[in-house]
Amino acid sequence: MTDVTSLTAAQIAGLVASGEASAAEVTRAHLDRIAAVDDRVHAFLHVDTQGAVQAAEAVDRRRAAGEELGPLAGVPIAVKDVLTTRGVPTTAASKILEGWRPPYDSTVVERLRAAGTVMLGKTNMDEFAMGSSTEYSAYGPTNNPWDLGRIPGGSGGGSAAALAAYEAPLAIGTDTGGSIRQPGAVTGTVGAKPTYGGTSRYGLIAFSSSLDTPGPCARTVEDTALLHSVIAGHDPRDSTSIPQPVPDVVAAARLGATGDLTGVRLGIVSEFNGEGAEPGVMAAFRESIEALTKLGAEVVEVSCPNFQYALPAYYLIAPSEASSNLARFDGVRYGLRAGDDGQRSLEEVMSMTREAGFGAEVKRRIIIGTYALSSGYYDAYYGQAQKVRTLITRDFESAFERVDVLVSPTTPFVAFPFGSRTADPYQMYLSDLYTIPTNLYGGPAISVPCGLSEGLPVGFQIMAPTMADDRMYRVGAALESAVGTFTPPAL
Amino acid sequence: MTTFALPSYDEATSRYEPVIGLETHVELGTNTKMFCGCPTEFGAEPNTQVCPVCLALPGALPVANRAAIEATIRIGLALNCSIAEWCRFARKNYFYPDMPKNFQTSQYDEPLCVDGYVDVEVDGETVRIGIERVHLEEDTGKTLHVGGATGRIHGATESLVDYNRAGIPLVEIVTKPVPGIGAKAPEVAKAYVAELRDILRSLNVSDVRMEQGSLRCDVNTSLNLPGAEWGTRTETKNVNSLRSVERAVRSEIIRQAGLLDAGGSILQETRHFQEDTGDTRPGRSKETATDYRYFPEPDLVPMAPDPAWVAELKAALPELPRVKRARLREEWGVSELDMQSIVNAGAVELIEQTIAAGASAAGARKWWLGELARRANESGQELSMVGATPAQVAELQGLVDAGKINDKLARSVLEGVLAGEGDPAAVMAARGLEVVSDTGALTAAVDDAIAANPDIAAKIRDGKVAAAGALVGAVMKATRGQADAKTVRDLILERLS
Repeated sequence: MTDVTSLTAAQIAGLVASGEASAAEVTRAHLDRIAAVDDRVHAFLHVDTQGAVQAAEAVDRRRAAGEELGPLAGVPIAVKDVLTTRGVPTTAASKILEGWRPPYDSTVVERLRAAGTVMLGKTNMDEFAMGSSTEYSAYGPTNNPWDLGRIPGGSGGGSAAALAAYEAPLAIGTDTGGSIRQPGAVTGTVGAKPTYGGTSRYGLIAFSSSLDTPGPCARTVEDTALLHSVIAGHDPRDSTSIPQPVPDVVAAARLGATGDLTGVRLGIVSEFNGEGAEPGVMAAFRESIEALTKLGAEVVEVSCPNFQYALPAYYLIAPSEASSNLARFDGVRYGLRAGDDGQRSLEEVMSMTREAGFGAEVKRRIIIGTYALSSGYYDAYYGQAQKVRTLITRDFESAFERVDVLVSPTTPFVAFPFGSRTADPYQMYLSDLYTIPTNLYGGPAISVPCGLSEGLPVGFQIMAPTMADDRMYRVGAALESAVGTFTPPAL
Repeated sequence: MTTFALPSYDEATSRYEPVIGLETHVELGTNTKMFCGCPTEFGAEPNTQVCPVCLALPGALPVANRAAIEATIRIGLALNCSIAEWCRFARKNYFYPDMPKNFQTSQYDEPLCVDGYVDVEVDGETVRIGIERVHLEEDTGKTLHVGGATGRIHGATESLVDYNRAGIPLVEIVTKPVPGIGAKAPEVAKAYVAELRDILRSLNVSDVRMEQGSLRCDVNTSLNLPGAEWGTRTETKNVNSLRSVERAVRSEIIRQAGLLDAGGSILQETRHFQEDTGDTRPGRSKETATDYRYFPEPDLVPMAPDPAWVAELKAALPELPRVKRARLREEWGVSELDMQSIVNAGAVELIEQTIAAGASAAGARKWWLGELARRANESGQELSMVGATPAQVAELQGLVDAGKINDKLARSVLEGVLAGEGDPAAVMAARGLEVVSDTGALTAAVDDAIAANPDIAAKIRDGKVAAAGALVGAVMKATRGQADAKTVRDLILERLS
């Protein structure tokens, strides 16, 4: 492929900055690619052709006027449909928000626009980001470009698939329990979950407020870092946003790309011993560890005894918060309203709206969360889960006294066939076994492609201390320099 | 549906001991809402003071208003509370259309201020009311039911919601149960709310207007037999004036006593005070108790007020009403009872300012509690809105003290002031109301009166000084009241001695 769609974001930005390509033609090429393949991939829920062309032309005008452009100006980007975009439909892949056009931009999108990136459209996901396969999207699943019969991961399967299908060089995801990293892993792309509070949640349709984190996705570690640096940083509109400077992740990625990890200590989590994981995944992980050792990294094993409780704790905390966050979808002010025939009571209309508007997995989690917060059960469930969360945080803190980063496979399995895990929710939930502890702790983590298993991509996860996002980029870029990038078969 | 005889209030309180408790909600007078930058002005067009945050649009997030936190801490300090060094907001989950998120951001088991008290005076006795907690939360919107005859939801064709009020900072002040006050319970309740209102006003944190809903009160009442455990309490809402607070407690005591006398038991329920009848009626019964599923608000970082800041706020508290009243009572030389009527009339600040503008304490009191209070009552206005400023009242009294006008003329001058004719001196001049002090003219009028009433003059000459009143009246009539009665009397006695 010599097509512009095969280039990295850094390369495209260079072409636009030098005038070798206009943002408009770069955008047109990506819109053409979407038109050519997205009926098979279904990465997008909405393509904003007009908005994209206008944004690209604005960048070209700014360049012509001699204005200085940012490092990603003119680069097309796909945004997960859970972030509000002014005037552009935003549904969180739910029927309950069908047709809703927000009157405001999320902070992440605002920063993307300010940086001159060109938003191509909104990507598919599991409804309200609840799922690991996009099979719970109310608008049909996204197909993995590596094998259209398999899941692209979730919840951010649309963003990851858009990258793998060369529909966009950059994408935005959100990660609550692994929704950026696991899709990255199973599509052979890079996905980073920044430190909680490092990127603003303002305009992110909340699933679980204490866990949700917007983050960057791309096909290379450097592109991911460039996007990270554009969207991260303190936002006064998000009370949980951290008022500290963002670590220099781009410099860290470039340092890592030199292939030198001398003096860097990697910790392998003893409890993630491969039980329940596919052998091919573990094999690729071990080979990557060897490759990193060759680059000078020191590898030690560390115990995080409370990680085994992460999954149950997560499946109490996240649904509890969700049950409250999703209460606002009642048909009164926006979105779907069902059963309003002028006769039914308000309560009936609210119930019918929620019955018709929410999918089965969303209802399951609302019910779990409502139960966990109920009087008489709070201490045993939500309260206990918060204690576990504290213990997991201590595990991370004591591990980071000994090592610079923790490493693991991103997810126990490669992309699985559609329908193979929907019958048993627990089988689906296991997808996030290795990613969830980080969310409970609040630290950053990245998934970088590290190999193939039976022809399908495997992801390598690097977890760092809070506000030390730069460390994972250094190690990730070093790994990438050692193992290369992975391209799916032509669509 | 009273199917049993109601006792009199005296009978009720002779048999049972009431325990009361009050929950008061105060809308803070901050410029912006609790969790967004929307303005808070009262009375704007519906849904014009709203944004993604207070409409709970998907993705919107709250950020706590520092001014509201500061005001709450000041309230807590003024009520002798301890201020939490670390506390959180909590979500109170329930579905209601005027609550955009379908949860209220409030505080649950970690309030900002706890364990204080306030002392109130009832019948010259001090009653200490314990304060359980003071916490910060947000107000809801308002629902309007149109198309029906009653303005209630039944029969309405449409329900409209105005979200202007949604998200206005609200402080909830909860007392501890107040036992041991017997028949005085209604007065104690009223005195507490009045004291609280004055404290809030002195802190300048709210306009505390009960009629506009910026101060709202729920009253809990229970009865028990002497020596027995406390009874089941009811919560009375919709209590929107000081007078209603008193009436609500009184009527609830009578109702509960009647029910208990008849062998019934009290249902723990929410009741609504009826302004027109003065009694309470049960609210909509709920089949099951609401489970609010409180949990710490994950969208907001905890509040951790710096102790040094709290100490600064404490040091900067204004003189509180009780302390101020004691000082003023001393300075003005008035009785406890007189002071009480000054407070009840809302005249403390007005009198204070009138004195500051040069009037004597007695003079200032005379106008604000007399003529001006009467006019305020007649027009149903607050005293401060009646139309005269403390400076004008001081000037008016100054004219009286200087002998330029008498009290009767002063009332006429005041009328001109209230009619907007200007300051007292200007009104006096414009209306030609100055006392006749030209002795020549006055002497002539006195001589005319003596000549016209020889019988009365003779009596006075015989030493019946009391008869002079008739002659004074005649002179006053002749001068159209513009003479100083005392001067006239002196002149008459001098002439006839």
